[in-house]
Amino acid sequence: MKKQIPIYFVLISGIVMLIQYFVPSEESEWLFTYANDWVIVVGIFALALGIWSLLRTEFKKLKNPKEAFYAGTLLFGYFIMVFTGLKREWLEAGHLHMDLFNNILIPIQATIFALLAFYVASAAYRAFRARTALATILLLTAFIIMLRLIPLGPISEVNQTAVGWILAVPNMAAKRAITIGVGLGAIATCIKIILGIERTYMGHD
Amino acid sequence: MTTAEILWNTLAAILTLCVFSFLIKDNPLYKFTERLVAGVAAGYWTMLIYHTNFTDKVILTMQNRQLAYIIPILLGLAMWTRFSKNYSWISRYPIAFYIGISTGVSIPVYMYTSVFKQISATMVPFDLTYAGINNIIVVIAVLCALFYFFFSKEHTGTFGVISKIGIYTLMIGFGAGFGMTVMGRVALLVQRVIFLKDYFIALKNYFVA
Repeated sequence: MKKQIPIYFVLISGIVMLIQYFVPSEESEWLFTYANDWVIVVGIFALALGIWSLLRTEFKKLKNPKEAFYAGTLLFGYFIMVFTGLKREWLEAGHLHMDLFNNILIPIQATIFALLAFYVASAAYRAFRARTALATILLLTAFIIMLRLIPLGPISEVNQTAVGWILAVPNMAAKRAITIGVGLGAIATCIKIILGIERTYMGHD
Repeated sequence: MTTAEILWNTLAAILTLCVFSFLIKDNPLYKFTERLVAGVAAGYWTMLIYHTNFTDKVILTMQNRQLAYIIPILLGLAMWTRFSKNYSWISRYPIAFYIGISTGVSIPVYMYTSVFKQISATMVPFDLTYAGINNIIVVIAVLCALFYFFFSKEHTGTFGVISKIGIYTLMIGFGAGFGMTVMGRVALLVQRVIFLKDYFIALKNYFVA
């Protein structure tokens, strides 16, 4: 009851959804549409659970003087966005909700990603010491690619050609091989889940 | 710039500088910004999902008496038993439903997009033009890289040579990916610096005018 029925749930729903793909009919389209909608509805409640869990943790932290300020900041940010977005039309441009989105969320996220430029450069300095042939190839490729946007005078055209070839040929081949590998791995994992071999999603008692 | 625009840009500039302060070391200003963005992002997505998915697929379906939606709503509510020690096992039912549907739908999608499409894009007709030779190189490199991922056989002899070519191909791919990532991050950095420069110029003009 606690473990067996959910496994049968996965087996039946997984096989039904797999079969419906190969049966082009109105019924299978209906099933696909409803199943997708149902998954979205379950996902919405799961998301609400996540938000509830976040708020519960932060409210608990409010009692700790060391963490209270940061927990309060998070809760302030959360509730101000909730209250300014209570009506659907408030989510459009020109309302406070979108002003907060454009002037808090966008600049901070962009700056955090920009910050990574420094750390990527520092990591590269340590990782790119050309000790082996493989590391040298990685270093050279990255170097040629990074020079792409820099005006190099007479060798600019040569560099552009080299970058174009690297991106279109060996890089493309590597990305395709990885994509095929990831795809086959994902299919194998899906089959393992449907057959009940992989059960980690059920957690522990 | 209007006064409102100056005020909003001041907020954005202060927060940008707070994030950059992490370059010196972890500090309260960065921690404050980090928590603020987490709260604002959670609040933004909460309201967006409430006004789109929740309203359309839960409230409106119930108002229109689409009774088929009662099942996922009950399953969704069952997720909340996770907080109970005695009844948390009930939350496995909606998770199982979610996982079952998602995996069933994913298998043909992965097979089509990640396998068939990639193979058909690789296996194009060969000829002895520049593009044709490049296509031959792509096919050989893809096969060698795939051989490298095959771990059921020891990488020695001919197989070892093939997998060696595969790892060189992969390294070129990783190098290209790394280079592109660095350039992307640097472009973002330049954009933030230009924003700060424009802001300070606008601020000066505002007070001078």
